Amino acid sequence: MSDYNAMELMICVAARNLEDGATVVVGTGAPCAAAMLAQKTKSPNLCIMFEAGGVAPILPQMPISVGDSRTFHQALMAGTMPDIMETCQRGMVDYTFLGGAQIDMYGNINSTMIGTDHAKPKVRFPGSGGANDLASLCWRIMMVTVQDAKRFTEKPDFITSPGYLQGGNSRYDAGLPKGSGPYRIITNMAIMGFDDKSKRMKVLSINPGYSRKDVQDNCGFELLWADKIEDTDPPHADELRILREDVDPYRYIIGR
Amino acid sequence: MNNEVLKTGQNQLFTDPDADNARAFFREKSRALKPKLATVESVVRDMISDGDYIAIGGFGANRIPTAIVHEIVRQKKKNLGFAGHTSTHDFQILSAGECFNRCDIAYIIGLEARGLSPNARRYIESGKVQLTEWTNAALSWRLKAAAMGVSFLPARNILGTDTFKYSAGKEIRCPYTGQKYVAYPALFPDFAAIHVHEADVYGNCHIYGSTVSDQDLAKASKRVVITTERIISTEKIRQNPEGTMIPFWCVDAVIEMPYGSYPGNMPYEYFSDEEHIKEWMRAEKDPAAFKDFMDKYIYGTKNFYEYLELCGGIEKMKKLRLEEFLIKTDAK
Repeated sequence: MSDYNAMELMICVAARNLEDGATVVVGTGAPCAAAMLAQKTKSPNLCIMFEAGGVAPILPQMPISVGDSRTFHQALMAGTMPDIMETCQRGMVDYTFLGGAQIDMYGNINSTMIGTDHAKPKVRFPGSGGANDLASLCWRIMMVTVQDAKRFTEKPDFITSPGYLQGGNSRYDAGLPKGSGPYRIITNMAIMGFDDKSKRMKVLSINPGYSRKDVQDNCGFELLWADKIEDTDPPHADELRILREDVDPYRYIIGR
Repeated sequence: MNNEVLKTGQNQLFTDPDADNARAFFREKSRALKPKLATVESVVRDMISDGDYIAIGGFGANRIPTAIVHEIVRQKKKNLGFAGHTSTHDFQILSAGECFNRCDIAYIIGLEARGLSPNARRYIESGKVQLTEWTNAALSWRLKAAAMGVSFLPARNILGTDTFKYSAGKEIRCPYTGQKYVAYPALFPDFAAIHVHEADVYGNCHIYGSTVSDQDLAKASKRVVITTERIISTEKIRQNPEGTMIPFWCVDAVIEMPYGSYPGNMPYEYFSDEEHIKEWMRAEKDPAAFKDFMDKYIYGTKNFYEYLELCGGIEKMKKLRLEEFLIKTDAK
């Protein structure tokens, strides 16, 4: 038994990817916790942005909504949604995090529907919200998610937000900004990146307690593997302390 | 002209993007500096017709004009078009009344970190509503195009995805660089309701905190009603003209509505009533229980004040004010 849970591990790993001085647009939940943790550990000058317009708040608690008062609490700016999205489009936003019901080997994400008839979906989800915008326009896109073979699927029912589309250069050929795209997929089992050429999902490191077989068995498509597979560095004591005491004391996220 | 279009989204465009048609409307819209005080009942009765296309300001459960949204349901407006732009609790209320039959989707049926609205989800999955996909930025820019008085704006999102495929957007090439863009059609809603902190009787508005897309929404919409926490004097507007977020000529009606964003959050005023929003979500699980809930809170109340009373009245509002200011108290 480890002394941390999967959510805590994923948040700690995600936070380490956010360097000081960078910009990141986050939603509610795990991404916000990761950004707050980064800010309270190695990246005090990480600029956290919310799509409704909040920029660089001093977050007193987890927001419930990306537009609620907390998202611009003692902020440097309480702006507008178009301003945040245009800042992304202009190339000034380094990172974002997305979630979704399905993801494929190129990092394309479905948060719209399950079924085949768009007019009468079997299961309807909220849709893009700002997800497609951020996936299209930020430089590096990350996802924090529990991994299973249904969620990691060969063919999503709907591509809400673009990853590398059909792989290779297809993302840029479609007109999406050059050099942008999926960067890290952080799951309870492993950390994935994407192959430089084919743009297929590639395992970089495996989390404590899981095997190569676990990672592949819980994925609905064939994964690529880095030449040297690392062991994921588990959460450090100081990361866990700050996460539990300062970032999410009520365990809204890490208690899930 | 069509040969300049590379691809077209297959779903329906619900509104006319023509800038000259919009100009013809705005030519006739009053720009007189005259008092515009009105009531919720009269505004919804006179400014919204069945079949109109409407939009709601704020961000879902933050700074929303709840009284207007309730009244649309209470007066049983039908067959509306709706801009599902950052919509959460507003969408939930309008779905409860089955008020709209077509929807431009950016974000619907969800309540962000709170989960999904079971009833709104049933409504959408029933197939009763015609759906066209967009995104938050897409609808922001569609409103911005309308606010600018142009029929489209180019942008670089949604390319290559099913979100584009089921939109009504068009893909074009930049005449300067050859770069592919989505051309977003201007969105001119027939009606918009926006909740603000302060307004004078002419409709000059102060908004504090994120303004989301509301400045563009006010400019883009043909008829605009403002509900405001407080009416202030025009003198106060003139003392601080750079604070005017929405100017009077965009506005057709002004209604003083303290606690008007309840149960949503109103920045610097009161926090959201999470208990009551949970009560909505719980009631929605069972259609029969939800009917009772709606009878109690919306159809059985005369107006928004009665709703506030049912939800705990001024005592509850005081509690939410403390929560907004992060003040912990044990006092009951």
